[in-house]
Amino acid sequence: MVGKGIRIEGLRKRYGSGDTAVDALKRVDMQVAPGEVIGLIGPSGSGKSTLLKALGAVIDPTAGRMILGDEVIYDDGWKISDLRALRRDKIGFVFQAPYLIPFLDVTDNVALLPMLAGTPNSEARQRALALLRALDVEHRAGAMPSQLSGGEQQRVAIARGLVNHPPVILADEPTAPLDSARALAVIRILNDMAQRFETAIIVVTHDEKIIPTFKRIYHIRDGATHEEAGQGRSID
Amino acid sequence: MISLAGRDILHSWGKFVFTGVGLGLLIGVTLTMAGVYRGMVDDGKVLLDNSGADLWVVQKNTLGPYAESSSLNDDAYRSILAMPGVAQAANVTYLTMQVRTGNADVRAMVVGIASGATDTPGWPPFLVAGRQITRSHYEAVADVATGFELGDRIIIRRNQYKVVGLTRRMVSSNGDPMVFIPLKDGQEAQFLKDNDAIVQQRRRTAENPSLNRPGVPGLLDAVIASQSSNPYVNAVLVRVKPGYAADEVAESIRRWKRLTAYTRPQMEDILVGKLIATSAKQIGMFLAILAIVSAAIVAFIIYTLTMDKIREIAVLKLIGTRNRTIAAMILQQAIVLGLIGFVVGKITATFAAPFFPKYVLLIPTDSIAGAIAIMVICALASVIAIRMALQVDPADAIGG
Repeated sequence: MVGKGIRIEGLRKRYGSGDTAVDALKRVDMQVAPGEVIGLIGPSGSGKSTLLKALGAVIDPTAGRMILGDEVIYDDGWKISDLRALRRDKIGFVFQAPYLIPFLDVTDNVALLPMLAGTPNSEARQRALALLRALDVEHRAGAMPSQLSGGEQQRVAIARGLVNHPPVILADEPTAPLDSARALAVIRILNDMAQRFETAIIVVTHDEKIIPTFKRIYHIRDGATHEEAGQGRSID
Repeated sequence: MISLAGRDILHSWGKFVFTGVGLGLLIGVTLTMAGVYRGMVDDGKVLLDNSGADLWVVQKNTLGPYAESSSLNDDAYRSILAMPGVAQAANVTYLTMQVRTGNADVRAMVVGIASGATDTPGWPPFLVAGRQITRSHYEAVADVATGFELGDRIIIRRNQYKVVGLTRRMVSSNGDPMVFIPLKDGQEAQFLKDNDAIVQQRRRTAENPSLNRPGVPGLLDAVIASQSSNPYVNAVLVRVKPGYAADEVAESIRRWKRLTAYTRPQMEDILVGKLIATSAKQIGMFLAILAIVSAAIVAFIIYTLTMDKIREIAVLKLIGTRNRTIAAMILQQAIVLGLIGFVVGKITATFAAPFFPKYVLLIPTDSIAGAIAIMVICALASVIAIRMALQVDPADAIGG
């Protein structure tokens, strides 16, 4: 992989200091290419959420290096002053629950991110509608989140994660509340979107239904990652 | 950029409207309380306006005739009338009492007015029905707030009076409607006792050897006659000639007549600064408490509404929403809540005011000041919720 996607080298996170210090992340090395969807799996307390928060720029790692696209964003310290803008423009998030904004309709839930970045409302909505079309939920564009099914809500959440065309999307247990068919449908969508938008997608999961679909998997144990090949089972 | 606050309000309009209505009723009470105070001040000013006087001459060293009792000889007006700069001077009596009509009675200020033309100081300046008093006894002009009607027979002390005219907004500084009667009747009303009391007083006088001397015939009759009449009035209302300064005329009366004379601004100070000062403080305390309660309610509501959105706020922060956008959302909601509350409160106060027994004056400047105060209170009340929202960790949106 050259210059795109995300690369993490020797990332560490220590909570506390002295005798009470806890090393939540001891050494994380990862690399995800554009268009690639990888699985990040591990038992509870292994450091998955800490890693996700560090990659999402909501906690400060203790040491290491992160390169997003062509840009070094962390090298034993943040290299970007506006982490909020970093999260808005260069990192997409998909959560276990969709967490759509209940008082915005589907279109504006997706269009909100570009609007926050200063894109004119009409242009942001056009971009949102294009994504909703790609995700086959355009017919619900004017609906409120409470009027959508669980699967539709998750597709809207994926659209929101993609709308600013971020180089990386962090998906936290995106299929946990879904049955097998819908879970696989979500993974299919993530794969399609990753390839269409050349986005690197990291899926944190426990979900046995989807783990076999990943071509590459990072196991995280005791704060350290280990790469292994996945089964890459076809979803179609 | 879309208005997050506006969308949230539209989405949860029922919650905002009902909360706003509840807050509005509280604001309505606050505005009405302010109106009660304004009404008291206005009653005082109306009392002064309607008296038609430039100066109030009262017993020396008293704050009469409204804030303290004052007693002057009823011939004092003659010498005042002779003072330079005095155009008109007329006696007046004031007596607050229950005026009976049939089986009911009405609290009213009975005003004894001197005979003369209709522009005599003390007379009601206008009528809404009937005519002014033309006889020297037993006719009355009443404020419509008494509920009396033309031709009604009213009883003041032992005498009956016929209501021949009706006027409007003629009230005492306490808001009691006025009943105008001839001066002599007014003096009698202040003095007249029941028959038993008169008999008792005559008996006591007759038993007093210093007042009932066998060698001085006619003394007892003279004393009893003096006890049976009232040569006093409460004030002399003075109108100043054009070209004369009221202050100078007042000073001249003080100096040469050994009486106290108040100008219009001085009388306003007495009414507003002394007579209704305690009531004003009382209302001020209520307003302060209501403002605090309103602030607490708005703060609680906004805090609760924000607490309901903690997860959404965490998501908004995670996806890059600026703190100021989130703070503006909460602040705008608080302001909208205040606006709904103000509109409801203003409407409530406007429709409720006529039903109050005393005059409630809602003036635009109070409404504007109230609206600004509510906006400030709402803005301050949203600070707690904003503070909490800004402390939300975007990491909370990520599981684990």
